[in-house]
Amino acid sequence: MIEYNRFTLDNGLTVLVHEDTATPMAVVNVLYDVGARDEHPEKTGFAHLFEHLMFGGSINIADYDEPLQRAGGDNNAYTTNDLTNYYCQLPAQNIETAFWLESDRMLSLAFSEKSLSVQRKVVCEEFREHYINKPYGDVWKQMRHLAYTVHPYQWMTIGKELSHVENAHIDDVKHFFFKHYRPVNAILVVAGNVKTEDIKQLAQKWFGPIPMGDKYIRCLPQEPVQNQARRLTIEAEVPLDAFVKTWHMDARLNKGYYTADLITEILGGGASSRLYQSLVKEQKLFSNLDCYHFGSLDAGLLTIEGKLVKGVDINKAEQAISEQIAQIQEQPVAIAELTKVKNKTESVIAFEDMSIMSRASSLAMYELMGDASLMNTELEKYQEINPQDIVDYSKQIFRESNSNTLHYLAK
Amino acid sequence: MLNRKIQPTITDAVSFDLKLRTCEQYQLDNTIPVYSMNAGTQDVLMIEWVFKAGNWFEQKNIVAGTTNFLLKNGTSTKTAYQINDHFEFYGAYLNRTCYNETASITLHCLSKHINELLPVVAELITDSIFPEEELTTYQQNQKQKLSVNLKKCDFIANRLIDEYVYGFHHPYGKYTSTLDYDQLNRNELIKFFKRFYAEGHCTIFTAGKIPPDLQSQLNKYFGALPLQQRAIPNIQYNLQSSEEKKHQIINDANGVQGAIRIARPFPNKHHPDYQKTQILNNVFGGFFGSRLMSNIREDKGYTYGIHSYIQNHMGETAWMISTEAGRDVCEATISEVYKEMEILRNEPIDEDELSLVKNYMLGTVLGDLDGPFQLIARWKNYVLNNLDEQYFYNSVQLIKSTGAEELNELAKKYLNPEEFYELTVI
Repeated sequence: MIEYNRFTLDNGLTVLVHEDTATPMAVVNVLYDVGARDEHPEKTGFAHLFEHLMFGGSINIADYDEPLQRAGGDNNAYTTNDLTNYYCQLPAQNIETAFWLESDRMLSLAFSEKSLSVQRKVVCEEFREHYINKPYGDVWKQMRHLAYTVHPYQWMTIGKELSHVENAHIDDVKHFFFKHYRPVNAILVVAGNVKTEDIKQLAQKWFGPIPMGDKYIRCLPQEPVQNQARRLTIEAEVPLDAFVKTWHMDARLNKGYYTADLITEILGGGASSRLYQSLVKEQKLFSNLDCYHFGSLDAGLLTIEGKLVKGVDINKAEQAISEQIAQIQEQPVAIAELTKVKNKTESVIAFEDMSIMSRASSLAMYELMGDASLMNTELEKYQEINPQDIVDYSKQIFRESNSNTLHYLAK
Repeated sequence: MLNRKIQPTITDAVSFDLKLRTCEQYQLDNTIPVYSMNAGTQDVLMIEWVFKAGNWFEQKNIVAGTTNFLLKNGTSTKTAYQINDHFEFYGAYLNRTCYNETASITLHCLSKHINELLPVVAELITDSIFPEEELTTYQQNQKQKLSVNLKKCDFIANRLIDEYVYGFHHPYGKYTSTLDYDQLNRNELIKFFKRFYAEGHCTIFTAGKIPPDLQSQLNKYFGALPLQQRAIPNIQYNLQSSEEKKHQIINDANGVQGAIRIARPFPNKHHPDYQKTQILNNVFGGFFGSRLMSNIREDKGYTYGIHSYIQNHMGETAWMISTEAGRDVCEATISEVYKEMEILRNEPIDEDELSLVKNYMLGTVLGDLDGPFQLIARWKNYVLNNLDEQYFYNSVQLIKSTGAEELNELAKKYLNPEEFYELTVI
């Protein structure tokens, strides 16, 4: 049970405080309700590029990192398709420095041309390092494009192509900032050795004067139900054939999401999972095989992905996967197997909640989804799922017409 | 009126009185030492069994790593599937890792399940049988994985720079080929297992919310095993560094980035320069605000990241600079690295920058002392390197007291380009 207090400033900024006196540290986590899904299709990669620019100086403070480091603190940030999250950790007695820094960059960036031109290059190198200069680096670029016809999940956070990042202009930066980086679109979580009363004062002092801004109303095109299987074959300079297949699944808060999560565990979670045991160990068709999803807030993709043992025909490998899927659709999962994946989920939650940093980011994430208290009822939602739910949901999503198949072949 | 231009008052981390939480120590009946850190709020537990079974002790490449990897793949009473199913049923993670001097089995689980899991861990280290079929599957899949990795410039660079510094016949410098996998045989694994696990030397580290009967449970399952009896072989390796200092490799003619590694030999953790050099390393390339990052990423945008660090070895080690940079700016990146070395040799670090780095380092230490797993990791590092908590207090004291002049002397002593090996892999 993660305890917290919540209050809202007059400018709409939601603040959560999680007190933990066992640590000498404090975490300040600021989540902005904007991700790659909110980008214009011709200006992709912008939310992530913007995250870099948030470290390029704010209106009153030339450098974000230096004063924080001087206060014994450390920080980082990440952008997903759904959101952008900034966090710093520092000795609790120096927490006001984090309020000073975070509030100034929420007030306004410095919009430095130099920072933009350098970070464009840095992000292009990040793009090259992870997605171009790596074997199989473009798998998800291809798969997203195949699986989504209208929803902006059709591009990766890093962007569709280098040119979108290279062409980012300072006016785009300003527009993006004042549209999304306003108190009314942000959630502040403070965790660690702090008192809620003190945080109330600090929040009011530093964030209170920032203009509220307009609430960003998200209206994204929703992906229509897929009614015809899509397939793509690519040849590339890679050593092994790879197989990737996805099926559309439910959005984050739906019951189907929790069922899908357990299905991925049954099929691909660990060395005793069905796909690994059958297709890697017994049939020796794949040298590795994973089943996962990204935890997307909007309707996401359940994925099975693996590399084939050299010499195996990819159609034969795909057929073997289909047989495993038919089995989970037709035969109710044994209670022991269901208990196993639920135990695993319980364990994952307990380990995740160990550090104040991950507790802070989880609280922010659940608050974004509607209510931080959801964090404390997650396990119950998994416990409620029964064998029939698994059968029913497997039948619902594992339809061939709901699938996208990529054969990524060695040239 | 709020003045946003001035940083709120801070307490200098230099003034913190940092205390390392004491680790409980005891021995099992067969003298296995146990280190225990009872802390944390979640009902979770970590136990690590560390054996003197690293690649230092193998006579043929990859035997130590394979033995360690296949510990989960069959005993005389359980198949690989049954073993994995057992741990996963309880939501537990059983990992194994092979290092140079040591090799580990690590268990993470909810504290309430520990009594179901300990007997099976004991079975693995007394009764693993390394089935032929498991070995064959492992060989095939590892060779496939290797073939993918060999396409990556960073993977190639990491292997080669270690070879240049330590020599291919040194445990720190050798790496694995397809042929090594082909030449593995089951009997070698069984022999290595018997000598270095079943009859080997073990140290146990535990952390988290420790159940009150853990000591007696550990003693029940591990205290009567024939461990700690045979002497550990005393094997010495000589460094055989490469004669040639500068290397360039084209691994992928179409590559758009180069993996750059620049490294020099550096003394081990017991050397008087070691801890002070960590401060110099932080200034140079050890964190986000370092000179290498500020110059090469934040000013020039040549790379997504550039770091320097001292490799975490027990013996003589290396000081390394590592980055992936755009293909057309690799040379410029290397020359900027040497330029930063030159500045550190020629000019003392100014007080403002040095105090920032010291505060940052001590703040990080404070954060690192938070949580049972971080604490036991620190203790493990000390125990395995024959150090004690005094090392921690020395380190903190040195961060507080070391001055710019001393760091300048260290820069003159160690940051000389002609002593570095340099490699670019495209």
